[in-house]
Amino acid sequence: MNLENEVALITGGGKGIGKATALLLAKKKAKVVITDINEEDGDKTLQEIKGKGGEAIFIKHDVSSEEDWIRAVNKSIDRYKFINILFNNAGIFTLKPLFEISLDEWNKLMNINVTGTFLGMKHVVPHMIKNKKGSIINASSTAAINGAPNHSLYGASKGAIRSLTKHAATEFAPNVRVNSIYPGFVKTQMIDYASELSNTKLDNQASSVPLNKLGTPTDVANLVLYLASDMSSYITGSEFVVDGGLSAGPPVWEIKE
Amino acid sequence: MERLKDKVAIITGAANGQGAAEAKMFSENGAKVVMTDILEEELQNVANNIRGDKKSVLSLKHDVTSEKDWKHIINETKEHFGKIDILVNNAGIGSTKTIEEETIEGWEKVQKVNSNSVFIGIKYTAPEMKKSGGGSIINLSSVYGIIGVKGYSAYHASKGAIRSLSKTAAMEFAKHHIRVNSVHPGLIQTPMTESLFLDPNIVEWMQSVTPWPRLGKPEDVANGVLFLASDESSFITGTELIIDGGWTTH
Repeated sequence: MNLENEVALITGGGKGIGKATALLLAKKKAKVVITDINEEDGDKTLQEIKGKGGEAIFIKHDVSSEEDWIRAVNKSIDRYKFINILFNNAGIFTLKPLFEISLDEWNKLMNINVTGTFLGMKHVVPHMIKNKKGSIINASSTAAINGAPNHSLYGASKGAIRSLTKHAATEFAPNVRVNSIYPGFVKTQMIDYASELSNTKLDNQASSVPLNKLGTPTDVANLVLYLASDMSSYITGSEFVVDGGLSAGPPVWEIKE
Repeated sequence: MERLKDKVAIITGAANGQGAAEAKMFSENGAKVVMTDILEEELQNVANNIRGDKKSVLSLKHDVTSEKDWKHIINETKEHFGKIDILVNNAGIGSTKTIEEETIEGWEKVQKVNSNSVFIGIKYTAPEMKKSGGGSIINLSSVYGIIGVKGYSAYHASKGAIRSLSKTAAMEFAKHHIRVNSVHPGLIQTPMTESLFLDPNIVEWMQSVTPWPRLGKPEDVANGVLFLASDESSFITGTELIIDGGWTTH
């Protein structure tokens, strides 16, 4: 699988799944535009890619800002001429009872997770259509599939991404493919934060997963690579779960062995 | 790049279409491949083409509805290659009858070939995978295991059974590091669907419901099966991979 001649823009590329994906795509010879609101994190990913002989640039980027998107897309085009892979990965998490969520909190998370994904497609797709080729991967979550207490805001944002992806796929065919991915418990700073908020040990979370482990950012990056590449050229509007079996079935009685 | 280096894979229904494309791709990616099919002559020809000068392709006649045949396939695989890492339950037949037209015999035949075979295959392969510390099972369902289209009742039911069986198998075998996933192709041009492609009304209808501007090829499916077979998907189990050009997005 070679991504030579491909240009990928990855939001939230400074940490976790975004960083693992940036490294993997660069390893497969793609030119990578790393964006992140945190300059220090973004620069670390950039240096790591360059250290391994890959090609990348970093752009500081608040995904909820349309101005920032226009700037990021223009800079990418100036540098690499086109963008044909977009990974809308940036997102934030919260855990709170619904009636305790303030409108400001709601709007902030929705602006980053959902509006960020909308703006990304709005400003990148015209360039993809011009080149008649593109693949967009939007990061949803298993929280968009299953219900859980205190997850209403995060879950709703990821549910919006799930639905947005399907509608966009029908709109952008035949030039641009759009798919969504559903990571479960993956070892990132976000899950550390979730563990802290819920006062749950990560080991306990891992044992609730049928494969009895947490996912790694690379597990998700591998899936993004498949969806970004021509290997998946007949796949659009679809959903890909990477959760160690978490959403395949609820916990049930086990037979004694 | 050898994405399946040193892995041993059994692929049923490998004489043509998706199974043949999977066998070719697996072999190119370094796997030792056991190709099985009930169509012996066709299977030999395809296997010879894939094999070239490699000794790591075995082709065996196989009625997937026969428990005896399955045991034979597994013994032969172990004898030749020592273990089983990957099982692709790909063999299947079509059926284009409405519920009122379908006979009990016709119904039962489709269930036997399409879904009973998946049960028997997993039943006898999983213990071998347990012994070697894990594995990946890929069951070929269809978008018809998810949505409803009139006139394919027996096929729909058999593919729905595969979808559901894959999930329960994923739950049962997760602790043994055996992953089980289902793949759901849309209309793919293969010998099984040849008659559909000859009907201009059906092709026109397919084009009208598929957002992507072409119909599916066996390689589209083989690429997805390869991903699920490889260690790249090692955190993915009990899930569904749709390869349909956006058909079921509607």
